[in-house]
Amino acid sequence: MTCWETIGAYAFRSLGYGERLLPRSDFTLCQQFTLIGSGLIWNVYFGVLALLFGFFFANALALAKASRSAIARKPAEWFIFVFRGSPLFIQFFLAYEALQLLPKAGIEIFGLTVQTAWTTKAWAGALFVLFLNTAAYSAEIFYGALQSVPKGDLEAADAYGITGWNRFRRIQWPTMLRLAWPAYTNEAIFLFHSTALVFFSGFPAFQQRGDALYYANYFADKTFNPFIPYPIVAVYFIILTLILTGLFGLINRRLNRHLPSNMGRKIRLRPQLIR
Amino acid sequence: MFASCADPKTLEGLNWLMCYLTTGKHLDFYWSFVIVLILLAVTAPVALAFGFGGAMAARSSFLPLRMLGKGYTAMVRGVPDIVFFLFFVIALDQGIEWLNHQIQCPDWTEPVRQGLEFRVCPEAKVPLNSAPQLVHQFYGFGLAVVTFALVFGAFAANVLYGAMMAVPRPQLETAEAYGMSPRQVFRRILVPQMWVYALPGLSNLWMILIKATPLLFLLGVQDIVYWARELGGAKTSAYEYPHPDWRLWYFLFLLAFYLGFTRVSEVVLARISARLSHGQATAAGEAMRKAAL
Repeated sequence: MTCWETIGAYAFRSLGYGERLLPRSDFTLCQQFTLIGSGLIWNVYFGVLALLFGFFFANALALAKASRSAIARKPAEWFIFVFRGSPLFIQFFLAYEALQLLPKAGIEIFGLTVQTAWTTKAWAGALFVLFLNTAAYSAEIFYGALQSVPKGDLEAADAYGITGWNRFRRIQWPTMLRLAWPAYTNEAIFLFHSTALVFFSGFPAFQQRGDALYYANYFADKTFNPFIPYPIVAVYFIILTLILTGLFGLINRRLNRHLPSNMGRKIRLRPQLIR
Repeated sequence: MFASCADPKTLEGLNWLMCYLTTGKHLDFYWSFVIVLILLAVTAPVALAFGFGGAMAARSSFLPLRMLGKGYTAMVRGVPDIVFFLFFVIALDQGIEWLNHQIQCPDWTEPVRQGLEFRVCPEAKVPLNSAPQLVHQFYGFGLAVVTFALVFGAFAANVLYGAMMAVPRPQLETAEAYGMSPRQVFRRILVPQMWVYALPGLSNLWMILIKATPLLFLLGVQDIVYWARELGGAKTSAYEYPHPDWRLWYFLFLLAFYLGFTRVSEVVLARISARLSHGQATAAGEAMRKAAL
């Protein structure tokens, strides 16, 4: 098989298209690059969707945690504590076992049967866990940023008569986002990194449709040679990280566009947020 | 374990539960918590040492050493740590066996990598095939410790490098003005002062390290995750203690263990941080001084 044929056969293998059987002998570099790249689709899928949904939930959580009413604050605090205080790996296992306890035939609600089988699949179950997890970590970042909005900004808003929802939407929230963005960038990077855990926890890879690390591990197990597949994963992830930093840097520039250019907060990658 | 547990079929209620929770396998399960704690206790200082070495290398004036240090600190930034875990365990194992092979069997003519196999001469196997099971387990655990230390050393190097850079320049310049050699400045001024800057990062790292311990499961060590899956799975009546699928409860127990552990760590680290900030020229130290007035 030439390399082009391999790419044709395996480029979308992780989604179930193309050749059914994975290569079993005579592994070529091309096969490894293609299959691992194909698995990366799942990493991007989990990362992008979890980040997107998580962003909104994290805002709500941060507001709830900063709220004065205990009814809103306590649940948010507990949620953040549970998801930040325990390993993601255990969360995956726990979620998988819990979802499996749902009745197989579906749940009857007002005469409608709600299917439950799909929740134990990785695309839904693992995405849900990642979504909750990143929401908790991001909420803590947003909460911290909300607390460090300069007092002067709020006083100026009061002086102009901007109050309530308007004050939040036009003063507090943009400043919070601007302050939180560098830390949030780190969180996004480490969320993408933790997507590599999905198929090593409870969630099984259906018909060998796995993520980048799943295929790399497949090759390493088959060839007893870790020196080729794992560096390939590493290269893919470095590229992913660079793209992500670039995108978040653009947003960061936009968030800081009203500031004198030397005052913009630079994004520094600080590996303090993995789980 | 207890004499009354001799015939589990006759037991009921609490007695059954007590006997169930003290079976040999459960004692292994409890022992695996100790293994996690041992791993943490061994890895943390080793990783700190690696990190210190990495940070020193990254500050070195000798270019190749500096490149090495910077490369080591940059290693963990773009790549998920789990890739390193999976990689290092096999790579270290094969590296050790290959070196041993070169020493023990110099006149072995066949190539070590034959197609899909990695084959060294029987004397070079680490540990030897004839070695007792315990040695194999120790070796596996040792590999896991080294892997953890390598990866977390890189994280620690990042933190310590930043902390060394954060020590106020005038402090070092004053020491130089007093005629201290670079080595003396490093040992007497820089290192004692950097800890307060390093502590937030290091405490974060400790939390991350705690939360990375379940990954031992992926490295082939029989750790808490392994036992939780093993013991929780549904047991038919062929077993002494039949029960349905209880994995959810076992994992909930693990969750509670980790939550408690991270919570206690948080409290202890906050105390250490307060103690280290005492009398320091930082915001936290200043706040403490004002509060004491």
